[in-house]
Amino acid sequence: MSEMDRRGFIKLAGLGGGIVFASSLGLNTLGSVLDYANGHAGKKIEKDFYFVQLSDTHWGFSGPKVNPDAEGTLKKAVQVVNRLEAQPDFIVFTGDLTHTTDDVQVRKDRMAQFKDIVGQLKVPTVHFMAGEHDASLDRGDAYQQFFGELNYTFDHKGVHFIVLDNVSDPGAIVGESQLNWLKADLKQQKPDARIVVLTHRPLFDLYPDWDWATRDGSAVIDALMSHKNVTVFYGHIHQEHHQMTGHIAHHSAKSLMFPLPAPGSVPKKTPVPWDASAPYKGLGLRNIEAEVKQARYGITEVNLNGG
Amino acid sequence: MHRKKRVLVASALLMSATIISGLTLYVRANALPAEREIHITAKKFEFTPDTITLKKGEPVVLVISSQDRKHGFSLRALGIRADVDPGGTARIRFTPNKAGTFSFSCDVFCGEGHEDMTGTMVVTE
Repeated sequence: MSEMDRRGFIKLAGLGGGIVFASSLGLNTLGSVLDYANGHAGKKIEKDFYFVQLSDTHWGFSGPKVNPDAEGTLKKAVQVVNRLEAQPDFIVFTGDLTHTTDDVQVRKDRMAQFKDIVGQLKVPTVHFMAGEHDASLDRGDAYQQFFGELNYTFDHKGVHFIVLDNVSDPGAIVGESQLNWLKADLKQQKPDARIVVLTHRPLFDLYPDWDWATRDGSAVIDALMSHKNVTVFYGHIHQEHHQMTGHIAHHSAKSLMFPLPAPGSVPKKTPVPWDASAPYKGLGLRNIEAEVKQARYGITEVNLNGG
Repeated sequence: MHRKKRVLVASALLMSATIISGLTLYVRANALPAEREIHITAKKFEFTPDTITLKKGEPVVLVISSQDRKHGFSLRALGIRADVDPGGTARIRFTPNKAGTFSFSCDVFCGEGHEDMTGTMVVTE
């Protein structure tokens, strides 16, 4: 897929499906759309690419008032991704692939079913990470059997991706060992390296009363501050949220099972009920256009009704 | 000679009694108020009791035990948190310094009902 086709897709998806949000170095601009509008769409930028983020699929959840299509939503999302005119370079799942269960066998069954369903994705490269529903009850044992390591890195066209595990410790702790691993990895990166952190929980205190935090997340952010081009994509809170900590941008994704209320907006955190007049409202996935040279990420939210 | 000795002994006894009496009064005057112990049981997915009423300025000790797996006890409004290991007991000693109604919750993910594992602490004036 050519650069022009890809940018064309991003623009159209942005108009039809939601906002386009670009961020890096503290800048928030309509990067992709503006570049396109300014006639730069055909300009070859060797290393630009885009990937898709899916999150909080909670396979195995049951609750008809919250999502009467609990068994169909993930499959629908796979179809939406497969129908994208320009296929992404890769896909990331930012945790809570499955809904929690105390039964170890049911947990494994859900993971196997999830893996079968997402195996239908056309894109061959998929990076998984765990959520607390997948990994907190057994320290990630079953998860690792199905999906591999809990924390790892990979590189793609000039961007260094760091997958952090803030869920296998049920207390939402990254832990000293992983923190040292992170610091050692960052030492290998140039101060201006393009770094994307993928994780499940917010690394900052978004709303700790609802477990929307990582207990030692400030130590992670402190470690990341040494690099000037860092962006974090995460899940967990089942809605879009965008926040800066210093020069680091944090973007949360929607769920593919049920939305949750805005932080602290209601006394108790309970799923937002299904709206029969607008099925799948509040659910979705996102495309992330990495403009590597500018260290900028254009985000396009895509709902499940083709927008 | 014997008389002088008796006077010295009597004086020493009197002085000791005075010191002991004074120390007792000092200790009584400065003793900390007795701490009230409040026992809380944590199990999937509830605290028992789930409503606790305290008085502002009254020192208390929360004695929290888990009956199944690891839980957490978090009451951020008063700066309190502890891990509660299975079979173990967490003791949190504190004096509420403000009145109000505050929520506490388990902050160690413990399963499907984790989100419901909450309670209320009421601190009266």
